[in-house]
Amino acid sequence: MNKTEPAVNQVKKAFVTSIPVMAGYIVLGIGFGILLREAGYGALWAFAMSLFIYAGSLQYVGVSLISSSASLLTALITSIMVNARHLFYSISMLAKYRDAGRYKPYMIFALTDETYSLLSTQKVPEGCDENFYRFMVSLFNHSYWIFGSVLGSLIGRSLPFSSEGIEFSMTALFAASFVEQWLSTKDHRSALCGLCSSLLCLLVFGPADFLIPSMILITLVLSFLHKGEVQP
Amino acid sequence: MTHTALLIAVMSAATILLRFLPFLIFNHNDHVPSYILFLGRVLPSAIIGMLVVYCLKDTVILQPPYGIPELIGLISVAGLQNWKRNPLISILCGTLIYMFVTQMM
Repeated sequence: MNKTEPAVNQVKKAFVTSIPVMAGYIVLGIGFGILLREAGYGALWAFAMSLFIYAGSLQYVGVSLISSSASLLTALITSIMVNARHLFYSISMLAKYRDAGRYKPYMIFALTDETYSLLSTQKVPEGCDENFYRFMVSLFNHSYWIFGSVLGSLIGRSLPFSSEGIEFSMTALFAASFVEQWLSTKDHRSALCGLCSSLLCLLVFGPADFLIPSMILITLVLSFLHKGEVQP
Repeated sequence: MTHTALLIAVMSAATILLRFLPFLIFNHNDHVPSYILFLGRVLPSAIIGMLVVYCLKDTVILQPPYGIPELIGLISVAGLQNWKRNPLISILCGTLIYMFVTQMM
């Protein structure tokens, strides 16, 4: 075992790592809280959804599921479609989270896009127990998300400015991640594959039904690339 | 109210299941197949690309405002990220610029 610093210092380092996610999650959370409030559900509902679901894009879609009083089966299928990518995040964190012990269940539960991008790309700082540190980063991010959504629900229309267009924060989040991973890697085939496959499927299947065909096409193209790669 | 609570429970359970499934399947295997490891490595960047398209899927291009606010927003985010490499700045400024343009048009 390497020497680890006192827990307070480790918590501080985890907090510093989580800062880039803070504003993004609070903005996205506020946007979600406002939408949910406009659908007729207040702060307690926003709190419960952000605590128990903790998946940004699904919660946005969930607002329309709730306001249209969708069936449970529709909710199930939609959840799986919108969140299928989380399978892939978990797959790529298998090795890192393997020995996380008592922190593991929560870390898996809290593996969102942003937490994934922080923990999969950045190194654990010197003097930190890697599991405790990753647990704390996950917890900080979750708390920003809950805080933002409750705040959005509470302030809602009383914002001192028009909130029209705030939903773009979600697009901005993914666009920034896309550009960042593009800048930090040399092989852009996978990124291009994702972009082109989904654009193609959007044109062929239309906005309502293109997500599942896109995921299938992406997996097929990537599998083809895998076959072409020389195995070590 | 009850139905809404059930909808939330279903969304929560499905999300938890998706996040835990790979760990349940591969946890006790010492050897994860190389294909799965490969997917774990390359899928995230492809999926992020898909999510960008997903967010823009309802943008109308052939009628005013011709997707111009979206285009300006995307260029702002990409430019800022390329310049500062700070997602925080890119997301906040990009969203504010988009909101400004949408409300002006």
